[in-house]
Amino acid sequence: MSNAVSARTRAVVIKADRLDSLILALRKSGYKTIGPKARDGAVVLEEIASADELPLGLVDDQQPGAYRLTKAKKPAYFDFTHGSQTWKRYLFPPKEKLWTAVKTVKGFEVQSEVDAPKYAFIGVRACELHAIQIQDKVFVEGEHTTTGYKTRRERALVVAVNCRRAGGTCFCASMNTGPTVGDGADLVLSEFTKKNTHEFLVEAGSVRGEKILAKLEGRSAKDADYKTVQKAADKTAKSMGRDMPGDAAKILADNLESPRWQDIAKRCLDCANCTLVCPTCFCSTTTDTTSLDGENAERWRSWDSCFTLDFSYIHGGAIRRDNAQRYRQWITHKLSHWFDQFGTSGCVGCGRCITWCPVGIDITAEVRAIATKT
Amino acid sequence: MVKVEGLDKLMAEHPFFQGMDEASRKTLAGCARNERFGAGDYIANEGKPAERFYFIRSGTVALEFHLPSNDGLVIETLHDGEVFGWSWMVPPYEWAYDIRAVELTRVISLEATCLRKKLKKDNALGFELYSRFVPVMAKRLSSARQQLTDMYGKS
Amino acid sequence: MTPVPFTVTKRTPELADTFTLELTPAAGGVAPSFLPGQFNMLYAFGVGEVPISISGDPAHSGTLIHTIRDVGAVTNALSRLKKGAQIGVRGPFGSAWPVVEAEGSDVVIIAGGIGLAPLRPAINHILANRTKYGRFVILYGARSPADALYVKQLQSWRGRLDTYVDVTVDHAGRDWAGNVGVVTRLIGRANFDAHHAKVFICGPEIMMRFTIKELADLGVAKDDIYVSMERNMKCAVGHCGHCQFGGHFICKDGPVFEYARIESLLQVRGL
Repeated sequence: MSNAVSARTRAVVIKADRLDSLILALRKSGYKTIGPKARDGAVVLEEIASADELPLGLVDDQQPGAYRLTKAKKPAYFDFTHGSQTWKRYLFPPKEKLWTAVKTVKGFEVQSEVDAPKYAFIGVRACELHAIQIQDKVFVEGEHTTTGYKTRRERALVVAVNCRRAGGTCFCASMNTGPTVGDGADLVLSEFTKKNTHEFLVEAGSVRGEKILAKLEGRSAKDADYKTVQKAADKTAKSMGRDMPGDAAKILADNLESPRWQDIAKRCLDCANCTLVCPTCFCSTTTDTTSLDGENAERWRSWDSCFTLDFSYIHGGAIRRDNAQRYRQWITHKLSHWFDQFGTSGCVGCGRCITWCPVGIDITAEVRAIATKT
Repeated sequence: MVKVEGLDKLMAEHPFFQGMDEASRKTLAGCARNERFGAGDYIANEGKPAERFYFIRSGTVALEFHLPSNDGLVIETLHDGEVFGWSWMVPPYEWAYDIRAVELTRVISLEATCLRKKLKKDNALGFELYSRFVPVMAKRLSSARQQLTDMYGKS
Repeated sequence: MTPVPFTVTKRTPELADTFTLELTPAAGGVAPSFLPGQFNMLYAFGVGEVPISISGDPAHSGTLIHTIRDVGAVTNALSRLKKGAQIGVRGPFGSAWPVVEAEGSDVVIIAGGIGLAPLRPAINHILANRTKYGRFVILYGARSPADALYVKQLQSWRGRLDTYVDVTVDHAGRDWAGNVGVVTRLIGRANFDAHHAKVFICGPEIMMRFTIKELADLGVAKDDIYVSMERNMKCAVGHCGHCQFGGHFICKDGPVFEYARIESLLQVRGL
């Protein structure tokens, strides 16, 4: 997949101080606008009411096991890459009530519930859009569909943004998931901060996006604008500090008994951070509860991680009792089995698992280590 | 009492002796006799001297432990073509458990003292016997270990 | 997918800790049809859900039949249900024993302990279509005679002139005149064509491993052997990730697998 920036059907260039008009237009159309915000030293994804709440002028320094936000030289809105949170917390919430059941004279009745706000996601990166599409394959495009996810996803409007720099742990270029935003976004933003201008190229990627675009005031897009965007994309793609070997799936499938697993186990804390920050991890568990009088019951679904000991528990004990086995499960599922299950890799190269791992385990390096130790 | 030639023929028909050369088999037949046990007969009792080596021609035997609380805990049943009674090979040459015929059972048995004498004289004969018996023991051990895991769990 | 309320129309104790429930839809009508080998998620109000194989006759699917062993909180709650109580049912889920693919071959059923329950629908189907198959062999192993499941049915299957049934137990008292020993020992004595048979195995994983080894020694091909696998299950629809075995979701790619397909996975510890 090329990194080429192709002209979309409709586009307009707006001044950066008019970014608010986009957010307002979305809110007027009934969307709950969710966007990046700086809080507690990191970028989080929360509801924002105006462009003032965006992390203007902040840039992130991400390394294995480290994350810092610092002030940038050039004040841009989207020069940070991402934080620990991902859009899955809105489409696939950490806790969701699936249904309630009420005792009746004869037995009980079940009522399912769907909580589906109309979200507009502002600032979705190329890798994040791919991650959403990967979760679509799990929850919507398979044999069974999760109604809650499907409804929230259909209602969600995606305002993507092209990255102008690579994060410290990014490797989307080698995963063919970025840095340029691909198909599937309703609107795509590209930020310019050349000379003394601060502008956004806003392109529509869907009919829904065009409707919003029509409400924005700006100048028409020129060839030079697209050239700038392409230049930034190329620079970003070239500056990534790591890459995933193209044959990662085969390497892992062929090395289930590699001694490297024990090596990783010595470092891995089983903290499950990687599964929490990963935008595609979808494992969950179900909990059944009752009211104190036992008349009402609820079933909740909540995020789970294959790193917990009881994740694989069957009568008698857990199947993956050793943390080397649990780590192997996570990485081979993500980079290898996912292909057999859903036709693509489960990884989008965002680098979060590397940044937020307390001991800085780097999956690109581990795949290489496993390949060489045979 | 059946003549040695008749016993040799019966032994040749038993799976345990497949592939054994005629000379060795005839030598062993010299220690052999034909026996039959009725249903419920005890062929051996735990702790008693193990003086014979048995080859089942037809019938069924049960290997049992006598427990204070249980008249007989059966841990294995053996059928046509199988062998039992290896305690004659290992000092102090005593039976490890009770052996009861479940139904009418016909066996060929080899007498231990006679066998031990012949094996001492002829090492090659020993090899013929032991090389057939070790796989039997290996399979028994494997089966017993599987039974030990109590894999089905208690009801 | 939400649980559908079903009414318990019959409760039959089978063993000290095992019981069978017959269920019909609370709203009337018939239960959904199922394939032999499939399972339902059974919901005990307020307690939780468990995956339980359907152990009835696929040709008479008006009622659902489930044989359940009391081993945890949910199965314990289910064990205390009386006739007339309601439980929730989601399903049927999972892959099936290849009873149609097996037509024309000998069929050997090897079950251990409660593993006979998921195989009973396959046995029912084969007996209902008996002439479509070659020799039919049922081998069953249990802990002791008191722990043997479906004894009356085993006797009636054995009573047929066209079916070979052999049973063994791990240990017994003197009042047991049958076989004592591991179930693998029954295989060599059974009469079937190893090169033209389909074998369906269900039981503890150790039993499946040794049984497969014994079959391989006899010359049964790996793609003629089918096993039923078990893993932790929560959603049963391939969305929660718990039941993964290598890249397979036991809830939808299994629980019945062709052995050749999973042989290499079974050899890796803690997969």
